[in-house]
Amino acid sequence: MAKQRTIEEINEKIRSGRAVVLTAEQVSAMGRESTPAEISEKVDVVTTGTFGPMCSSGMFINFGHTDPPMRMEKLTLNNVPVFGGIAAVDAYIGATETALPHDQYGGAHVIEELIAGNDVLLQATAKGTDCYPRTEIKTLINRDRVNEMIMFNPRNAYQNYNVAVNSTSKMKYTYMGTLLPSYGNATFSTSGELSPLLNDPEMRTIGIGTRIFFGGATGYVAWHGTQFNTGKPVNDHGVPVGNSATLALIGNAKEMDTRFIKAAYFEKYGVSIFVGVGIPIPVLDEDMARRVMIRNSQIETNVIDYGNPANGVLGSADYQSLFSGEITLKGRKIRTAPLSSVKVAREIAAILREEIVAGRFMLTEPVELFRKTTGLNSLQIRL
Amino acid sequence: MKNRRFVLTFPPEATGEPITYNLIRKFDIMVNIVKADVSPGQVGHLVMEMTAPSKVLKEGMEYMKQQNVECVPIDRKITYSEDLCIHCGACSAVCFAGALTMNRSTAELEFEPEKCVMCELCLTACPLKLFSIDLG
Repeated sequence: MAKQRTIEEINEKIRSGRAVVLTAEQVSAMGRESTPAEISEKVDVVTTGTFGPMCSSGMFINFGHTDPPMRMEKLTLNNVPVFGGIAAVDAYIGATETALPHDQYGGAHVIEELIAGNDVLLQATAKGTDCYPRTEIKTLINRDRVNEMIMFNPRNAYQNYNVAVNSTSKMKYTYMGTLLPSYGNATFSTSGELSPLLNDPEMRTIGIGTRIFFGGATGYVAWHGTQFNTGKPVNDHGVPVGNSATLALIGNAKEMDTRFIKAAYFEKYGVSIFVGVGIPIPVLDEDMARRVMIRNSQIETNVIDYGNPANGVLGSADYQSLFSGEITLKGRKIRTAPLSSVKVAREIAAILREEIVAGRFMLTEPVELFRKTTGLNSLQIRL
Repeated sequence: MKNRRFVLTFPPEATGEPITYNLIRKFDIMVNIVKADVSPGQVGHLVMEMTAPSKVLKEGMEYMKQQNVECVPIDRKITYSEDLCIHCGACSAVCFAGALTMNRSTAELEFEPEKCVMCELCLTACPLKLFSIDLG
């Protein structure tokens, strides 16, 4: 009978310094010679990591009140528009918002500046009310002067993602990077066998309230992410082929580190942000052991023509090939390149492992598991 | 003797002329082809190192000009801020010359400047804008 354990039992082992914690890459390598039963016997926790561009990211800020107070309506930070349609001095800065006409500088850069502790220019106007008489403000803010910096990212940590190619004769500039004409390259963006949701594809251990590594700080899974889709077909190894589940994440950005939050600009597309996420996966039983053993060769995804979306799915590729630098698509060899940093993903998985081994990071039982979905709605034009 | 690297751009109608052969035979220029992409009837590109006395190199360049071959010396170099690189790989995607590649075991970016053909695509492809041109 293979070993079974609860999260509480694992935490007890972490507290007493007896927990066996491996990174997802270490356990994938171990899986070449060990069975799932053996791994579930030996390993308590597997740590994952990813560091890729995640556009659906942003931060709530509470600036603190002035005297007399103001209900900020139209706001900018370093000239980047910020959403102020909530209470008086609360605001949300989205990563992809840009300081037009300077579209290479945006919300992601402001977020990185604030996390770094730098001063940022706040400008705001308001109509003025009896309770909030001030009508304008221009001042400098920074991490230590504002009350809260709460990163809340509605869609992060995609479970698998498309490979992008370009069949046309023109260069295409996309969020998947610059795509050379005539299948000149193929880009992809996950950390493969290190990726959080690929190590728990059915989300048996990841749910609302799961404690995670988030941008260098401790964060939590707040909800399922937007465009969460568990209805995608899975391959023989139980992994969804193509982009499927996502996570909404929350954490204290004041404690984050710019090594794991990095502003980015993709040519002729716009601003995005690299976000570092790591999730510990408890090896509850043999089934979870089988999941965390997954190797790059066993994870597949769809190849999509970003030059002509009407062409749909052109084929599939596995991550061993993608990381090798070349895939074959319909007999044609195509050079591949990643967009998400495996180097930093490894660092994240290693840090998380050290934190758990040292007893500083305890695992959590999800408050609630995610519901299964059957697909996504598309937006109909009804007028 | 002078050694310089050039990018040669051939118009579609010039690809029939044995330019490289003539540079060697008629001008006695030592030629090392670094990269070639030349097809009949299409614009072609050749990255070539040429070694010869300055005067001879000049004559060779003049000959190419007569043949409508554009010949641009590569004196500029691409550099990047290695310490700020996050090793995402976006630059390696556009580097068709193979100068920027991802090391499979370390997952780090590797740059081999001698393979660079100065296409400058990495300058815009890097999401952190870490590449620049060193004018020497």
